[in-house]
Amino acid sequence: MNFPLPDLNPVMPEILMTAFALIVLLLDLIVKKKEAVAVISIAGTAIVSLSLLNTSGSTFGGMYIADGYSTFFKIIFFINVILTILISIKYIAVERVNYGEYYSLILFSTVGMMIMASASDLITLYLGLELMALSTYVLAGFIRHNLKSTESALKYFLLGAFSSGFLLYGISIVYGLTGTTDIKAIATFITERGLSGNLSLLLAIGMLTVAFGFKIAAAPFHMWAPDVYEGAPTSITAFMSVGPKAAGFAVIGRVFMIAFAAVKADWATILIPISILTMAVGNIVALSQTNIKRMLAYSSIAHAGYALLGIITANSEGISSMMNYLFIYAFMNIGAFAVIIMLRSEGIKGEDLSDYEGLSKTHPMAAALMLIFMFSLTGIPPTAGFIGKLYIFMAAINAGYTWLVIIAVIFSAISAYFYLRVVMYMYMRDPKTELPLTTSFTNGLALAVTTAAVLIIGVFPTMLVEFARAALKSF
Amino acid sequence: MEQVIMNNLNYPILSTVIFLPVLGALLILINRRSWETLTKWIALGTSILTFIASIPLFTHFDKTTHKMQFVERFSWIPNWNIYYFLGVDGISVLFVLLSTLCAILCVLISWTAVTNKIKEFYIAILLTTSFMIGVFCSLDFFLFYLFWEAMLIPMFLIIGVWGGPNRIYAAIKFFLYTLVGSVLMLVGIIVLYLYSGKTFDILTMMTKNYPYTMQIWLFWAFFAAFAVKVPMWPVHTWLPDAHTEAPTAGSVILAAVLIKMGAYGFLRFSLPLLPEASKAMTPVMLTLSVIAIIYGAIICLGQTDLKRLIAYSSVSHMGFVTLGIFALNTQGVEGGILQMLNHGVVTGALFLSVGIVYERTHTRLIADYGGLATEMPIYSSFFMVFTLAAIGLPATNGFIGEFLILLGGFAANKWAGVLACTGIIIGAGYMLWLYQRVFFMEVNPKLHGLVDMNVRETIALLPMLILVFWIGVYPNSFLSFMHTSVQHLLERVNSGGIAQEAQIAKNIMEVIR
Repeated sequence: MNFPLPDLNPVMPEILMTAFALIVLLLDLIVKKKEAVAVISIAGTAIVSLSLLNTSGSTFGGMYIADGYSTFFKIIFFINVILTILISIKYIAVERVNYGEYYSLILFSTVGMMIMASASDLITLYLGLELMALSTYVLAGFIRHNLKSTESALKYFLLGAFSSGFLLYGISIVYGLTGTTDIKAIATFITERGLSGNLSLLLAIGMLTVAFGFKIAAAPFHMWAPDVYEGAPTSITAFMSVGPKAAGFAVIGRVFMIAFAAVKADWATILIPISILTMAVGNIVALSQTNIKRMLAYSSIAHAGYALLGIITANSEGISSMMNYLFIYAFMNIGAFAVIIMLRSEGIKGEDLSDYEGLSKTHPMAAALMLIFMFSLTGIPPTAGFIGKLYIFMAAINAGYTWLVIIAVIFSAISAYFYLRVVMYMYMRDPKTELPLTTSFTNGLALAVTTAAVLIIGVFPTMLVEFARAALKSF
Repeated sequence: MEQVIMNNLNYPILSTVIFLPVLGALLILINRRSWETLTKWIALGTSILTFIASIPLFTHFDKTTHKMQFVERFSWIPNWNIYYFLGVDGISVLFVLLSTLCAILCVLISWTAVTNKIKEFYIAILLTTSFMIGVFCSLDFFLFYLFWEAMLIPMFLIIGVWGGPNRIYAAIKFFLYTLVGSVLMLVGIIVLYLYSGKTFDILTMMTKNYPYTMQIWLFWAFFAAFAVKVPMWPVHTWLPDAHTEAPTAGSVILAAVLIKMGAYGFLRFSLPLLPEASKAMTPVMLTLSVIAIIYGAIICLGQTDLKRLIAYSSVSHMGFVTLGIFALNTQGVEGGILQMLNHGVVTGALFLSVGIVYERTHTRLIADYGGLATEMPIYSSFFMVFTLAAIGLPATNGFIGEFLILLGGFAANKWAGVLACTGIIIGAGYMLWLYQRVFFMEVNPKLHGLVDMNVRETIALLPMLILVFWIGVYPNSFLSFMHTSVQHLLERVNSGGIAQEAQIAKNIMEVIR
C-alpha cells in the first residue's frame, strides 16, 4: 500500500515547537548556564511564531486545522510562553530549581495548547489536552523540596485525571451517537438526524462541559485552582492562569460553536448558571483572601466567568469578544505576577498581602505598575481590562442577555474591592519592613511589555478588535 | 453636521485644555523626587497655563446658539464607531472654566499642607483636573465614560493617601459607591448604543426616539450613576465620609467640580435622551430632592465636625440643584445650573477656608474653636462672606441661584417649593450658628497666637470672593451663556423628542407651500 505523506504545512508550527522543546532538553545536558537555555527557548518561540504566518488549511484527514481562530489563540500562547520565561529566569534561580527541563516542559505544554486550538477532531483535542496537562502537572510540582508545591502538583494531577475521564466519557457518548469524532461531521449528523433534544447528547455536552470547565477553572469545577495556584511556582501560576485557560476556551469555542451548533440553546442554558456561579464564587471568595496568589487564583476564576459570557452569546461577535478578552487578560495577569515575583527573594516569600504594605514608599515604580494592573483587572478605563469587558458586555447585550450583563457588572464592581485592597496596602499604609526587590533585566522587560500593552490596548484597541474579528472569518 | 459649529479658533482649544494638565503630570513624573519645590512650581505653572488656555472659551463663546462649539471630531475606534468628539455648549462651558480655576486653587492650598509623597500628589491633582474637564467636553458617550471612570483612580488615591485618620474607609466607600453606579450606567450606554444604530455620538443619539419602557429602564440606569455622584438622598452616604477625610484639595475638587458631574449628567443625558421618562419621573425626583434639602439641613444642625457640616450642607444644596433641574422649566433649570456654579464656588471656598485653619490647628472639631474673629480678622471676613453666600443673602450668588430654583420649583409643584423654602431657613440657622461658635464667643486658649492668612492663601480665596459678588450682582454675564442651550433642552424635553419637532416643521413647510 502507498501512504502519501500528509500535508505538513498546517502543522509546521507544532513540529517546530516540538523540535525546539527537544533541542532545549538536550542542550540542558551540555550548557551549564541555564539562562542560555531560556534565551534559546524564547528565540525558538519567536521562530515558531514566524512560521505561523504562512500556515493554513487542514491536514491529517481533517483532524487538524490551521485557521484564523487557531492562529489567534496560538499568538496568545506564544505571548504567554515568552512572558513566562522572561519572568522565570531569575525567579527559578531564587527558588533553587534552576533546571533546563523547566523550559522544555513549558514548551511541551505550549505544543499541547497549540494542538488543542487547532484540533478539529475530538481525539486530536484529547491528545493536545493531555500533553498540555501532563507538562503542567510536572511544572506545578517543580519546586520539589517545597511541600506546598508537591501537594499542588498531586492535587492538580488527581483532579485533572478525573476531568480527563469526563472528557473521554463525553467523547465516547458523542461517538456512540454519531459514529464520528470529527467536529464538523458531528454537526452535520446532529442536524441531519434531528438529534437536538436527545438526552444522551445533552449528557455528552454536560460531560464535556465538566471537562472543559475544569480546564478554564469555572465553578463548580474550580476547587483545584486556589491550592494549585498558591503552591505552584509563581511563574507557573502566571503561565497556568493564562495558557491552559485560553486553550480551554479555544476548544469550548470550537466544539460548542461548530459541533453542537444545532443545540445552541441547550448548551447556553447549561453555561449561563455556570457563568453566574463562576463570577460569584471567584469574586466573593477573593474578598477574604490574604495570600495574593490565592487571591489572583479566585480572580482568575472570576475572569473565566466573564469570558464565558462571550461563549453564551453563541454568535461570532461573542466569540471574538471572548478571544479579545483572553488576549488582554494574558498581559494584565502576567504583568501582575511579574510584580509579585519581584517580592520573592532569598528567605522572603513575599506572597502575603501584608508584604505589600507601603510598597509605594519603598519601591514606587513597582507599586505604580501593580496599580495599573489592579485597575486593569478591575476593568477601569483607560486600561485594557475595560476594553475587554466592554466588548464582552456589548456582545452579550446585543445577543439579548442584558440581565446577565447586569449581574456581571455588579460582580465586577464587587471585584473592585479586593483589587483595590492591594492598592490600598501599597499606597495607604506605611511600610513595616524594608522589603528587598528581586529585579532583573528580563523581568523588567516583561513588565515593560505588559504595561505598554495594557495602556496602549486600553486607548487604541482598534487593531486588536479587528484582528479578533478577522480571525473568525474562516471559522 | 447641523448640531455643531466647528472650532473657529485656529487651534484645538478643548484638547489643549484637557491635555495640558496631563503634560504637567508627565513633567512631574520625570522630575527628580528630591526637587520638591520644582514639582510644586510645575503643578502651579501648569494649572495657571490651563486656566489661561481656557479663557477663550469664555470670551469667544457664541451665546446666540444652542449648538456645540469649539468642536473637535476625529475617528478613534472605527470598528465600534467611536469618535474623539469634543465640544461645549452653554450648559457645559462654565464648568470647564470652574474646573480649571479650581485646579489653581487646589495647588495653592496644598503648597505647605501636603508634605508626604509630593510628586504623586500633584500628579493625581493634575490628572483629576484633566479627566474632569474631559467629562464636561465629551460628546461621545464612550469618551465620556472613559473620563468619568478614569477620574476615580486619582481621586481614590487623593482621599486614601493624603486624607485624615479614617481615610481608607472613606476612599473605598467613595470608589465602590461610584463604581456600582457607573457600571450600571455602562449597561445603559451599551443598550443605547445598540438601539441607536451602533453610535456613541450623543448628538446623533438625541435625534432618535426610544420606546417608553426602555426610557424608564435607562433612566434608572443613568440615575444609578448620576444620583450617586450628585449625591441625592438616599445614596449620599459616601459624601460626608469622603469630604471629611479627604485632604483640603480633595474636598475642594469633590465639592466644586466632581459632584457637579452628576447633575451635569442629568442635564446632558437623562433629560434630552429620555424626555418622556424624565417627565414621568419628575414627582419621584422632586420628592427625593426635597428630602435631600430638608434632611441635609437638619443633619447639619447636629454636626460637631466643621468639614462634615459643610459636607452635609452640600447634600442640602445639591438637593436644590436637582429640584431646579427636574422642575423642567427655564427658571428652574437655569437656576439649577447657576446654583451648581454657586455651590462650586461657595462650598469650594468654605473647604479652602477650613483647610487654611486646619493646617494651623490640626483639628476640625467645632468645639475646639471660638473667638477666631479676634485672632484672624481677615480670615473671618472672608469666611463671613462665604457663609452669607451659602445662606443665600441677596447680593451674593447664592441668592440668585436659590431664587430662580424656587421660582421654577413653585411653578412645577407648589408643595416642593414650599418645603424647599424650609431648607433655606434651616440653612441660615446652621450656617450662622456655625459662624457664631467658631468666630465669636470666648477665644479658645488653644487658638492664641494664630497667624492670619498669608498672601498665598489670600490669593487662593480671592477669586472665589470676586465670583460670589460678581454672580450675585450681575448674574447675567453667566446666565446669558445658558439661555439658548437651556431653551433648546427644554423644547426637546417638553415636545417629547426631535422627531416630533421635525414632523411639525414638515407640516409648517407644507402649509407654506
